[in-house]
Amino acid sequence: MDTFFNNLLFGYYPYVAGTVFLLGSVVRFDMSQYTWKTNSSQIADSSPRFRLGNNLFHIGVLILFFGHLIGLLTPHRWEEALRIQPGLHQIVSMTSGGIFGLCAVFGGAILIHRRLTNPRVRAQSSQMDVAIIIILFIQLLLGLGTIPFSAQHLDGSEMMLLSAWAQHIVTFQPGAAAFVAKVSWMFKIHLFLGLTIFLLFPFTRLVHIWSAPIWYLGRRYQIVRMRHG
Amino acid sequence: MSHFLDRLMFFRKVQGEFADGHGQTTLEDRSWEKAYRQRWQHDKIVRSTHGVNCTGSCSWKIYVKEGLVTWETQQTDYPRTRPDMPNHEPRGCPRGASYSWYLYSANRLKYPMIRARLLKLWRVALTKHPDPVDAWASIVEDPVRAREYKSIRGLGGLVRAQWGEVNTLIAAANVYTAKQYGPDRIAGFSPIPAMSMVSYASGSRYLSLIGATCLSFYDWYCDLPPSSPMTWGEQTDVPESADWYNAKFIIMWGSNVPQTRTPDAHFMTEARYNGTQIAVVSPDYAEATKFADIWLAPKQGTDAAMAMAMGHVILREFHLDHPNDYFVDYARRYTDLPFLVRLDEGPKGLAPGRFLRAADFDAALKQEKNPDWKTVAWDEVSGRVVVPQGSVGFRWDDSGRWNLEEKEGAEQREIKLRLSHIDQPDAVAEVGFPYFGSIKSDHFNFTDHEAVLTRKVPVKRLCLADGQQVLAATVYDLMLAHYGLDRGLDDPGAARSYDDDVPYTPAWQQRITGVDRRKVINTARAFADNAARTQGRSMVILGAGINHWYHMDMTYRGIINMLMLCGCVGQSGGGWAHYVGQEKLRPQTGWLPLCFALDWVRPPRQMNGTSFFYAHSNQWRYETLKVDALLSPLADPAKWQMSLIDCNARAERMGWLPSAPQFNRNPLKLVGAAKAAGQEPAAYVVDQLKRGELRFACEDPDDPVNFPRNLFIWRSNLLGSSGKGHEYLLRHLLGASDGVQSEELGHESQPHTHDVAWRDEAPRGKLDLLVTLDFRMSTTCLYSDVVLPTATWYEKDDLNTSDMHPFIHPLSEAVNPAWESRSDWEIFKGIATAFSRVCAGHLGVELDLVSQPLQHDSPAEMGQPYAIQDWTAGECDAIPGKTMPHLHVVERDYPATGERYISVGPLLEQLGNGGKGIHWQTHTEVDELGDLHGRHRQGRASTGRPRLDTAIQAADTIMELAPETNGAVAVKAWRALSTTTGREHAHLALHKEDEKIRFRDIQAQPRKIITSPIWSGIESDKISYNAGWINVHELIPWRTLTGRQHFYQDHPWMIAFGEGFVAYRPPVETRDIEALLGQRANGHDELVLNWITPHQKWGIHSTYSENLIMQTLSRGGPIVWISEVDAKAAGIVDNDWIEAFNRNGALVARAVVSQRVPAGMAMMYHAQERIVNMPGSEITGARGGIHNSVTRVVLKPTHMIGGYAQLSYGFNYYGTVGSNRDGFVIVRKMAKVDWLEGDDESILAQEYKR
Repeated sequence: MDTFFNNLLFGYYPYVAGTVFLLGSVVRFDMSQYTWKTNSSQIADSSPRFRLGNNLFHIGVLILFFGHLIGLLTPHRWEEALRIQPGLHQIVSMTSGGIFGLCAVFGGAILIHRRLTNPRVRAQSSQMDVAIIIILFIQLLLGLGTIPFSAQHLDGSEMMLLSAWAQHIVTFQPGAAAFVAKVSWMFKIHLFLGLTIFLLFPFTRLVHIWSAPIWYLGRRYQIVRMRHG
Repeated sequence: MSHFLDRLMFFRKVQGEFADGHGQTTLEDRSWEKAYRQRWQHDKIVRSTHGVNCTGSCSWKIYVKEGLVTWETQQTDYPRTRPDMPNHEPRGCPRGASYSWYLYSANRLKYPMIRARLLKLWRVALTKHPDPVDAWASIVEDPVRAREYKSIRGLGGLVRAQWGEVNTLIAAANVYTAKQYGPDRIAGFSPIPAMSMVSYASGSRYLSLIGATCLSFYDWYCDLPPSSPMTWGEQTDVPESADWYNAKFIIMWGSNVPQTRTPDAHFMTEARYNGTQIAVVSPDYAEATKFADIWLAPKQGTDAAMAMAMGHVILREFHLDHPNDYFVDYARRYTDLPFLVRLDEGPKGLAPGRFLRAADFDAALKQEKNPDWKTVAWDEVSGRVVVPQGSVGFRWDDSGRWNLEEKEGAEQREIKLRLSHIDQPDAVAEVGFPYFGSIKSDHFNFTDHEAVLTRKVPVKRLCLADGQQVLAATVYDLMLAHYGLDRGLDDPGAARSYDDDVPYTPAWQQRITGVDRRKVINTARAFADNAARTQGRSMVILGAGINHWYHMDMTYRGIINMLMLCGCVGQSGGGWAHYVGQEKLRPQTGWLPLCFALDWVRPPRQMNGTSFFYAHSNQWRYETLKVDALLSPLADPAKWQMSLIDCNARAERMGWLPSAPQFNRNPLKLVGAAKAAGQEPAAYVVDQLKRGELRFACEDPDDPVNFPRNLFIWRSNLLGSSGKGHEYLLRHLLGASDGVQSEELGHESQPHTHDVAWRDEAPRGKLDLLVTLDFRMSTTCLYSDVVLPTATWYEKDDLNTSDMHPFIHPLSEAVNPAWESRSDWEIFKGIATAFSRVCAGHLGVELDLVSQPLQHDSPAEMGQPYAIQDWTAGECDAIPGKTMPHLHVVERDYPATGERYISVGPLLEQLGNGGKGIHWQTHTEVDELGDLHGRHRQGRASTGRPRLDTAIQAADTIMELAPETNGAVAVKAWRALSTTTGREHAHLALHKEDEKIRFRDIQAQPRKIITSPIWSGIESDKISYNAGWINVHELIPWRTLTGRQHFYQDHPWMIAFGEGFVAYRPPVETRDIEALLGQRANGHDELVLNWITPHQKWGIHSTYSENLIMQTLSRGGPIVWISEVDAKAAGIVDNDWIEAFNRNGALVARAVVSQRVPAGMAMMYHAQERIVNMPGSEITGARGGIHNSVTRVVLKPTHMIGGYAQLSYGFNYYGTVGSNRDGFVIVRKMAKVDWLEGDDESILAQEYKR
């Protein structure tokens, strides 16, 4: 891939996607409060199979998300300080990613099948609801697909390139795209689709992630909103 | 400002703490709470109601938000009642409260629709024939093309159309039909005008202007109780529901008040709190039973037996053993009981004949005018026969003596009529009475008494003018004998005690009805005792449960007799209360001119619906009930070898019943033909009829020239919920596919009809065009050629009144008609305008010959006083208006139809206005309308005439002209009546002379109407409205032969059919199941059940059963109730799919198995649509069927009588009724429920395709 496209896709596109992701979320939250929801279809179908798929999918994806977050964005110096070798990092990533990736793929398969074949669920699904579950599913498959490629670099060298890329992007340092210029095509596709998911995020039901009620775990028993703000 | 920024307050989030830190206060945004507050906010509230069908007539608040109707709640601002009387509100029910769902539902009609094949044919025809009328002719006169669109009626294929295009098509069809066949081949059907008077009037105004026929509904719905005109000469007049509170004893008899009269039911509860005793008579455990102190559950269809047994007890205890002064006095003054009936010798002995008349006696007892129509009685004062004032002869003799004063008619002497001659009889005669309770039946109990019961009666021997001696008895003496009461005359046929098995005793009724005699005795005794103590405050609320049977008039007369014997009729808190479909159109005489265009042309064409549909859906070709099977055992069967349709044809030819179509020639051409022949039109028609060159259309209904060709239906589901004999209507009238399971009767050897021509091939698809106006895709719309979307009840301006309360209130246009819908007024205005345009070159100013039957409340009700003579048989001369229908020549200005529709015509000033035989001038009101609404400034016909453009102007026109809403007119009307009665009545309205109620007034608040002579009760601050009050208290006669309430019917046909006196007559055998029983096995056991179709809880009147909310509350689809016993016998469990079928057709539904239902009957609430949750039938192979798929109507000859005082035709007033309760069905569990949509997989596949 020539440098221009590499730069476009992995140097600039991340900022485009990231901007749309953040600004888009703010705008949707402000302009369209009633669409800020999970759009759950559980009322139409809450079969045991669905509940299994739903839990598997959410647990898998959540752990994958945080695994990627930590794995990619932990500064290399910290890892060195903690004496974590890139090889170990690589093995841990592949194992945990593989397990939870399979978990999410299995759950996602159930959810896709249900969304497409259950008439009641299908009837209340938007096009975007159908599209996003398929895209997420493909991304999961791609993620699993990187494992054999990673297996060719058990020293973790390629992973170090990817995390360097991610850290450069996040910290706005120039030359990020160069890190991934030579990684395997499989990683590039996975990266590109991942960025695209960020881009699509504000237009989908994924916005519910922002409002996951984790604060609820630590809140007081009773909250009274005062009459005037 | 921004939801996002507002949330950025992490450090200010906790503003304070409470409850030891378990709670916290925050400043978080609260604007989302608006969503909840705005849920109940609205932009405006508009007063409206539910306006086709519902007798409730409840005023509602309609809430409008952002241009949409959101919900409705009950209005609570009725004028309050006097002290010690509960208020009218709350009025409303769950059906009405859910109606707003309908406006924006998927079932709402949004655009004009037309059958696609017809539209294609039409567009092609227009390319060949630029004139729309020629284009229409090219379609309907080509059998192939006509068949092409008629045969697929009901199979879908309706497409969206443009208003202009369909208006032209409809007008072209009307013009062609009028020109080619006659305007009487165009008909229109709409029910219950009281509930939206302007909407009803819109269609009938258009139809009447062009000379088309308006069809009656009250009789067709079988809501008309023929007993009412028979007894009182009154269509139906009843107390308002508030008057229940004044009653001290109420019997609810076949009327399920809380379910079908929900808004009024609170008066029943309040009456109970007030100490009123309540008895309920109902074969099933109906909801009304919860009110009951005592519940009597007779076998369905046998109520007359119980009513007669109660009458027996009342007569025994309160007239014979301990005569009650009030009862006896009431009987003498207000009933026909003292009048003299001659006894005629027949092959089976003496039998009651006709009332003696003044003309029977020497010098007609000094009566010069109408002596044939003045009945006589015995005067105790002078000791001889006298002619009391008030009989029908006095009504039309200009003597001013038509009143109930106790005076002799010629010399005005005071008289006192003798009720009984038991003390000084000239003789005791043995008189025969017909008895029907021994007719054998598979389904109903019968006894083994003789068919002719002989009883001893004290009689007078009288010498008549021609010298012959006759025996005569009072109605009272005859009736006591008939009821089986022992008078001490050593009559072996009379009952010595209540336990005797003699007809009409309590013990006898127990054999028939199954009800314990003691309960019947106690109830009758309590009923009469209460009436005796309170001077008539005993009431019977009776309804469809007993009125839909073939012999409904027997049950009703049995009950009415109880009331009259106890002096309850016309007394506050007493009387009969029949609340079935009548729904009092209070400003009636203001509405009639608007409705039937009497301001432009008179008379209008009107037709009794039952006879029309019976003839034109060819149900008569399947008739199994023979006339001679209905006859009295005293009658000569040889004279009655004919079919029911023959009776109807005779009635039409004798001017008793109307005809539509009228003759087998176009009435627009008859006048011209008369002119060519150099004869007066009427004389020409009579001449032609006598020669047989012109025939009544009824004599050959299957001749294509006699078909009804165009039919308009509005405000009605005529083919569905009202389509008795639904499958026959589909087969013959529409030519659609049908589920009829029987052969016609033509293949049998003997001719089935006598006067009516039998054609071997019955026609299919008589109608060329069926136009339906509705806001919902009803069964009728599905079968129509053109469907026009009309405004809902919240989208139009209209008027609404009821018999249940004394107020007039509006329907209002809360929002504009949604999508492309229009109000009925606008739709027919559009059609009228199109008609004027399209008729150019085809119809101009034409002379139309209109036949009209002998009308009630006109001098023509004095038709043939004695034996019936048929001019067609050469028994008498054909005299229009006497022995045959009136023949009127009417000028129709066809090009001016549109102009006439929107302006008030000149006949009101020229001929005045009136009703019920009362006439008054009405220039002032018409002038005032011109001043109020403005006058037209253009138009050949309309220039200078008051405007009638809008529905509100139409409503105000009604209210300006009607005595009930214009006090000045009320005073005029009372004064006009005074000239006939010779008594002063205007005091009833004088205090309201300056009051005028207008549309704006009633939008502000419902208004109580003004007392008018059109009704028999008064609006007063002292009593509630109660029927017959002015007869009793103002001494205005009932509009009957004697001027009194009739126990006895002396018309020859009444006597021939054994109904001179009330009798118990078991349900008739319709033979609808025999041919199919056990013939179409599906592996499940078959039940034979009586088919009962009562009013339902989840969708009657103010909304429709496919309303999603109602579906959710009930079972979500068609259901049939059956008893636990029957269900067990046939292996049916609750919610099973079952099929009910007989020779009329088949239907499928789910079973509701309930201990509420007695064994032997199946109940299917009527008006469940075929458009929801309807699988295929195993019998027909087609989808579903509705409750009317297994019904058909059977006419009763006594309802055809006309030209005879109270037994005279009036539109929606008297005539044949569409009874359908006597039929039976076969019920069984379905073996396979086929949704006719393929197998499960393909259904799922279709679901995805959506």
